Amino acid sequence: MATTYTDARGYDDAPSARARFQELLPKLVLAPSVVITLVFVYGFIIWTTYLSFTKSRGYPVHELVGFLNYTRVWAQPRWIVAIHNLAIFGILYIFICLFLGLLLAILLDQRIRQEGTLRAIFLYPMALSFIVTGTAWKWMLNPGLGIEKLVHDWGWTNFKFDWIVNEDMAIYTVVIAGVWQASGFVMAMFLAGLRGIDQDIIKAASIDGATLPKIYWRIIIPQLRPVFVSALAILAHLAIKSYDLVVALTGGGPGYASDLPSLFMYANTFTRNQLGMGAASAVMMLLTVAAIMVPYLYSEVRQSSRSGR
Amino acid sequence: MASLEIKGVKKRFGTLEILKGIDIAVEAGEFLVLVGPSGCGKSTLLNMIAGLDTVSDGDLVIGGRRVNNLHPSQRDIAMVFQSYALYPNMTVGENMAFGMEMRKVPKAERDAAVRDVSKILQLDHLLDRRPSQLSGGQRQRVAMGRALVRKPKIFLFDEPLSNLDAQLRVDMRTEIKKLHLRLGVTIVYVTHDQIEAMTLATRIAVMKAGVMQQLGTPAEVYNRPANTFVAGFMGSPRMNLVPAKLQRNGDGLALEIQLDDRPKVALPLPPQPEAIRAYAGKEIIAGIRAEDIAHGPPEGPAHRSLEAVVEVTEPTGADILTILTVGGQELTARLDPDIEVRPGDKPVLHVDLAKLVCFDPKTEQRIA
Amino acid sequence: MATDWETPQMAQGSGFAWSRLVIYGLLGFLALVYLLPLVVMLLTSFKPLPEIYAGNILSLPKEWTIAPWIDAWERACVGLSCNGIKGYFWNSTKMTVLAVTLSTLIGLLNGYVLTKWKFKGADLLFGLMLFSCFIPFQIVLIPMATVLGKMGIASSTTGLVFVHVVYGLCFTTLYARNYYMAFPDELIKAAMIDGAHFFKIFWRILLPSSGPIIVVAVIWQFTNIWNDFLFGASFSTGESAPMTVALNNVVNTSTGERPYNVHMAAAMFAALPTLLVYIFGGRYFVRGLMAGSVKG
Repeated sequence: MATTYTDARGYDDAPSARARFQELLPKLVLAPSVVITLVFVYGFIIWTTYLSFTKSRGYPVHELVGFLNYTRVWAQPRWIVAIHNLAIFGILYIFICLFLGLLLAILLDQRIRQEGTLRAIFLYPMALSFIVTGTAWKWMLNPGLGIEKLVHDWGWTNFKFDWIVNEDMAIYTVVIAGVWQASGFVMAMFLAGLRGIDQDIIKAASIDGATLPKIYWRIIIPQLRPVFVSALAILAHLAIKSYDLVVALTGGGPGYASDLPSLFMYANTFTRNQLGMGAASAVMMLLTVAAIMVPYLYSEVRQSSRSGR
Repeated sequence: MASLEIKGVKKRFGTLEILKGIDIAVEAGEFLVLVGPSGCGKSTLLNMIAGLDTVSDGDLVIGGRRVNNLHPSQRDIAMVFQSYALYPNMTVGENMAFGMEMRKVPKAERDAAVRDVSKILQLDHLLDRRPSQLSGGQRQRVAMGRALVRKPKIFLFDEPLSNLDAQLRVDMRTEIKKLHLRLGVTIVYVTHDQIEAMTLATRIAVMKAGVMQQLGTPAEVYNRPANTFVAGFMGSPRMNLVPAKLQRNGDGLALEIQLDDRPKVALPLPPQPEAIRAYAGKEIIAGIRAEDIAHGPPEGPAHRSLEAVVEVTEPTGADILTILTVGGQELTARLDPDIEVRPGDKPVLHVDLAKLVCFDPKTEQRIA
Repeated sequence: MATDWETPQMAQGSGFAWSRLVIYGLLGFLALVYLLPLVVMLLTSFKPLPEIYAGNILSLPKEWTIAPWIDAWERACVGLSCNGIKGYFWNSTKMTVLAVTLSTLIGLLNGYVLTKWKFKGADLLFGLMLFSCFIPFQIVLIPMATVLGKMGIASSTTGLVFVHVVYGLCFTTLYARNYYMAFPDELIKAAMIDGAHFFKIFWRILLPSSGPIIVVAVIWQFTNIWNDFLFGASFSTGESAPMTVALNNVVNTSTGERPYNVHMAAAMFAALPTLLVYIFGGRYFVRGLMAGSVKG
């Protein structure tokens, strides 16, 4: 839509200064955001990556030390625990969210009378800060006063639920709280996907004699593949970034039993004066996220340009 | 002085040439229709006249002034879009006045102009409504009103009736024609519908793949199409284009129609011009319109009997479209609706060869 | 959002009543489970402390009291000062309102340029911005801390506003771009013919029809910025901290007998703004979630 403009007088069609300015204007308006993105996102990524190769401790030092920080990070038992936790947390979080989200969506898809209200109930946790979520669940999982006590009061006095202070089980409490928060979102995605399915296919299957569970299993769920992929990408991305939730729920504890890479990064950067290691851990987090998001975004953009948008 | 001159206009996107050199001079008061299949470049040309697209080569001159680099708002044009493009957040009155507002016309003048135009288009009772509250036909009229208010040199219409249902389309077509007759404005109109082109235009420019195939009055384009594309595109049902042979027949010529080894059908031709006689003994493509075939024995000097077998009949109410086999070749005829014909029949038919158009089979151009 | 097509179930006919019961039962149960934390938070926040130790998380207060709420607001200890969370609540409000306004406005303009004034390379630039939405923010913490310090706005609400605008731009741009893509180009063309230029078109034609996407962008930004913790913890200290940081401090750094009721009241203060936005803007909230997730 670019055209060059000039005054209405005469045959002169050399673009005037005003016309050239008008043509530049859109680019000028977009420019600040582009500059901001280039500097504060990509520039900072480069900066942090550079720092990860330096000998920085309490403050930046411009002495390159190759991959020393990376080896030091991997030598930390705390980091190994964090990676281990990320794997456990990530896998459980993703799969349980996908399962619950799909289940809730299918249930709500059955023409429920209070669908709107129920949807709102499953989705509201997404509106809360992770700190609030962590605080609430920390209280509920409180060994002496929370759910454990509740169940005792109901009669099962041998019930033990002290996971949150248990070194081996603490990470699973993060799974519980995380799933509570995000499954509603996955439900919303699946619900939108279900609503987009061609009803005639289902009617045809009915006529062919398929029972309801079979229809869902063989026809509907396979058609939801794109939603699975999207949800997976987003959940994975959320899992890797998880910080607020752990800080509020367990503080990474007991000790660092429920640590995650994000907490490792924060601690090393801001409290332990290990900027180099903090930077290295951040870079590794970025690489993991990129490994998931870049192919996902690329395929999404290609798909939408192929479908002629 | 021509109202609009399109001189050697070309449009390129990278290496792809969308318009390959268009020359048209539009006189004041003309209704020029650009018609052609999708992708022929008609909308691109319209956008270039409007200033919404740049000109790669050539000149656009409006009212004697070269406008290639002028902003759309300075070309003295107005445009009516396929989707009407009415500003959804403004009332009908505000929509029509918007252009004047941009040009800083005083409010009193704006209101007067809007009032005048809305009287012409019978929109006065709708001035305070929003576009979402109007019907399709009403929206179309508001779009025209917005254009009228500008009193431009040229009105541009970009497929304005494509979004309307069939009946409304016919009604609005008549409205546009009445408006043109009444106001005498210069119009350039783009459509893919050849009926719209025929009914509205004073001249038609048939386009295909960026090249203008023919520029002429509706009668010229219909009766003397410049090539087989125009012949097939204009008119419904399409002109029959039958491969045939021009045989010497004594002093004159005869048209021989035969497919493979079916029985030949020979039609002696009335006297033909030199260019056609030069094709004696050669293959040509014979163009015969469906309405030039009728029931009954030959009546006029250019009529000839036609031996044909009825294959399929399609009654439309106004006629019976009859697919005939003539010498093995298929022709469509528009026959009297009250005379019954059945598949397999061999009715008494004649064809009016005064309307025959001959095309060269290789170049696809009309011979003379 | 319920469509009126037949569900596969209804196409089946028999077995109708039983399965409906199971479905409603399951949904009801799950709904209670999801509501549980909120209910517990509320109940706990209205109980006096002895009742908390005596009863359990689901027991109703025998003596409803709003003292914990007042304590949280006026007297809770955040770090070394014990003036309640009200100051931090106010910090969050200031920060969120400013950041939301700025990032939404800039995002709208960006979307407008990217869809209606396309130029070569525009798609690439958008792609760059889109990817930046998904980075883990840990990667920018160190440089941003340095830059904020150099700009002289470290540890201030202004600094936080700056950070949130910078990292919120990608989302608002994404929403605006997707929304404006569906906005008819012919309206822009008609306005150009009418003589309107870049800003006039935006102001008179596009903006008045942008209601839905403005609401979506505002709700999304409000929720994310108000709920943020990482930036707040990294770039603000003491008096300029936002609500989330204050809440975390209140809950995690108290010693001795923990006033759980005050903790829960403080958590409710932190939760209420976004919850209210969610309740009143629910439809747009979902749209925001979907727009940012399914199609890029």
